[in-house]
Amino acid sequence: MENTPVKQYLLGNDAVAHACREAGIDFAAGYPGTPSSEVIDTLRAVQERPYYVEWSVNEKVAFEQALAASWCGLRSLVTMKHVGLNVAADPLMTSSYTGTKGGFVILSADDPFAHSSQNEQDSRMYAKFAQIPCLDPSSVQEAHDFVKAAWEISEKFRLPVLFRPTTRICHSKGDVELGEPAASGRKGAFGKNPKQYVVVPAHTRLLHVELTKKQSEVAKYLVSAGYNSAEIRGKKAVIAGGISASYAAEIMPGDISFIKIGAYPIDREWLRDVVSKHTEILVIEELMPVIEEMVLSVADKNTAVHGKLDGTVPHEGEFSTASTASFMEKAGFMKNPLPKAGAPAEVPVRPPILCPGCLHRSVFYAMRKVFKDGIFPSDIGCYTLGLQLGAVDTTICMGASVTVGSGIAHAVEGAEVVSTIGDSTFLHTGINGLINAVYNGANQTLIILDNRITAMTGHQPNPNTGCTATGVPSPKISLEELVKACGVSFVETVDPYDLTHLLSVLKDAKEKKGVKVIIAKQPCVIMNKRLGIKRSRYLADASRCTKCGACIRYGCPAIESDADGCAKITAACTGCGVCADICPAGAIRKAGVKE
Amino acid sequence: MKKSFDCLIVGIGGQGTILASNVLGDACVIEGRHVRGAETHGMSQRGGSVETHIRIDGKFGSLIPAGTSDLLIAFDVLEALRYRHFVKPAGTIVVNREMVVPTSVFSAGLPVPKIEDAEAELKAGGQKVIIFDATKTAAEAGSPLAANIVLLGAASHVLPIAAKSLEESVRRNVPPKTVDINVKAFALGKEAGA
Repeated sequence: MENTPVKQYLLGNDAVAHACREAGIDFAAGYPGTPSSEVIDTLRAVQERPYYVEWSVNEKVAFEQALAASWCGLRSLVTMKHVGLNVAADPLMTSSYTGTKGGFVILSADDPFAHSSQNEQDSRMYAKFAQIPCLDPSSVQEAHDFVKAAWEISEKFRLPVLFRPTTRICHSKGDVELGEPAASGRKGAFGKNPKQYVVVPAHTRLLHVELTKKQSEVAKYLVSAGYNSAEIRGKKAVIAGGISASYAAEIMPGDISFIKIGAYPIDREWLRDVVSKHTEILVIEELMPVIEEMVLSVADKNTAVHGKLDGTVPHEGEFSTASTASFMEKAGFMKNPLPKAGAPAEVPVRPPILCPGCLHRSVFYAMRKVFKDGIFPSDIGCYTLGLQLGAVDTTICMGASVTVGSGIAHAVEGAEVVSTIGDSTFLHTGINGLINAVYNGANQTLIILDNRITAMTGHQPNPNTGCTATGVPSPKISLEELVKACGVSFVETVDPYDLTHLLSVLKDAKEKKGVKVIIAKQPCVIMNKRLGIKRSRYLADASRCTKCGACIRYGCPAIESDADGCAKITAACTGCGVCADICPAGAIRKAGVKE
Repeated sequence: MKKSFDCLIVGIGGQGTILASNVLGDACVIEGRHVRGAETHGMSQRGGSVETHIRIDGKFGSLIPAGTSDLLIAFDVLEALRYRHFVKPAGTIVVNREMVVPTSVFSAGLPVPKIEDAEAELKAGGQKVIIFDATKTAAEAGSPLAANIVLLGAASHVLPIAAKSLEESVRRNVPPKTVDINVKAFALGKEAGA
């Protein structure tokens, strides 16, 4: 067993992964999604593992497997980001009916401010919807401690437990006190019990009654175990949930009561008693007014409640100590103790951008060149950054590039639809849409951006990579064969660095009716860098440059213009060579290559 | 309000802000102190502007309120300027004299910012500014990639952590093969910031 120091400076997700090991998990599955990805990444990096761990193809697949492992008596974990829980919502909603055997923890990481997400949905609503306990930590240490206890709660009530950290827990660090990893030694066994595991109407009606019965027991337990607590100090009170409790604690005046909500469901009688002791209450929670609505439902006319519903606290975005101080001031609870900051300097923006040499950039360039009036539905991945290049017209959720494309193709006569999707996203939820497009005769082109890795979330392997989460070689999926099996007859594989070929294949696709699939294959340049794969860089010859700007418009971070307006290629160049094909003056050449 | 010593480390995705923050955070653990940190992960790392917050002796949230940071360590002059308003008037800014022009400038055809202008504007802000070519110093230590550790060395005079703990933390956090280079980078940075 490794020698674990008492305290470590750890990322929230690493602390959570460690807590999983301390709790002795047996089974872990997930689909990558910021800010949740490092939990499985950390678990899979452990060399001698007493547990099974995998990256699954999507969240529903991961969820159902982890649920089954729990039914076999194992302690299981499933991880995803908040929007992943939408994909897994189908099994979630009935898993509370069937209940669990071994502890089952669902980690769904929320992303207030949508740092890396398409929306700001609040997973606590899912816990309420499915009637399962939800743990909402306020710090990295608490995230560790809550997760460690989550399996016990699950086993106590035979319910899945939703663990809901936010980005500022997952990607915050702190000095964390750790315990020793445990070896579980459990062996899975499936005991047949159709009344629990086969949810036909006759069974499910009874299971629903059981589920309802558990609710007040759970709520009472969460107060007695200290997840929800109240320090009564005066007639005014702040009730804060999750990370907001940390922000409030930093600035709380000593004469205001502090009520901390770390878990749901909240016990109604406990809350009514706490609320009744105060004349004025401020509820601080990110996203949905989950606590606030419950406070309002128990408060009588002697208690005024401030929060989202009276406009004191916003419904949207991420909070901080600074914003929490402003809410307290707005509610009349205190003067803002923080100084007013000066205005930010005016500096050109530096948004994230596709890497130099990224295969996506050349595909986007070629696509726009050939389909001048094209409509470009896209998907979730690094390639969403194609927005900056005018090559992304829609993004809504995983897999929707294909289906939104079909919808537009059927809705708009003569529309030239070209959808883009990454390999991991295609395997996640793209295949169904493709089958549907062929089946229903849509006229559309789909480009699979195949870099053989799930890049944006930190380069996790997928079935297209050739190895599993733990590095075990796996049979490679043939995207070509898969696409053909969906009924597509136009399937072309291209090297996106070969611009001439790419353009000609796109022109072919434009001429043909039906569903056309182009697979653009090049490894992710970040992976190449890590593997030490180098291509010679390119250089621009100022004497030949006509300052036409074609290369600058390509938008590669390695291409700049010098003081005279001539193209300059920096050391950031990774040698894809596409700019050399774009330059009409022949001014860009591979380093060391003569004319 | 219990005050922590707050430090913001900023740069461009891929420059090593997270390693620098790990060195600071671990140094706190070595000294048995509380610490909080916040990082940028995910898509924002792809060449975008990134910020890492570190609150030494922090026990609460990890985000530093604007206008209150004691220290700003910047890997790029434009990034220093972008986050300057986080620093309190009596605070310190340690910055690498380096500037990567954002691609947005070229694609939007905006005037290309000059490093001298950015430096002058930074110095006009009122905070103490320590600016030098940390990449060059790092190269002297053995690798230009150690610029982040050079900057930490330069900032060590302001940090409420013993230089010994910082150095020990450097040893623990950098790749094993580069320990000597980074320890030297820290020492040279310390000299440069004195």
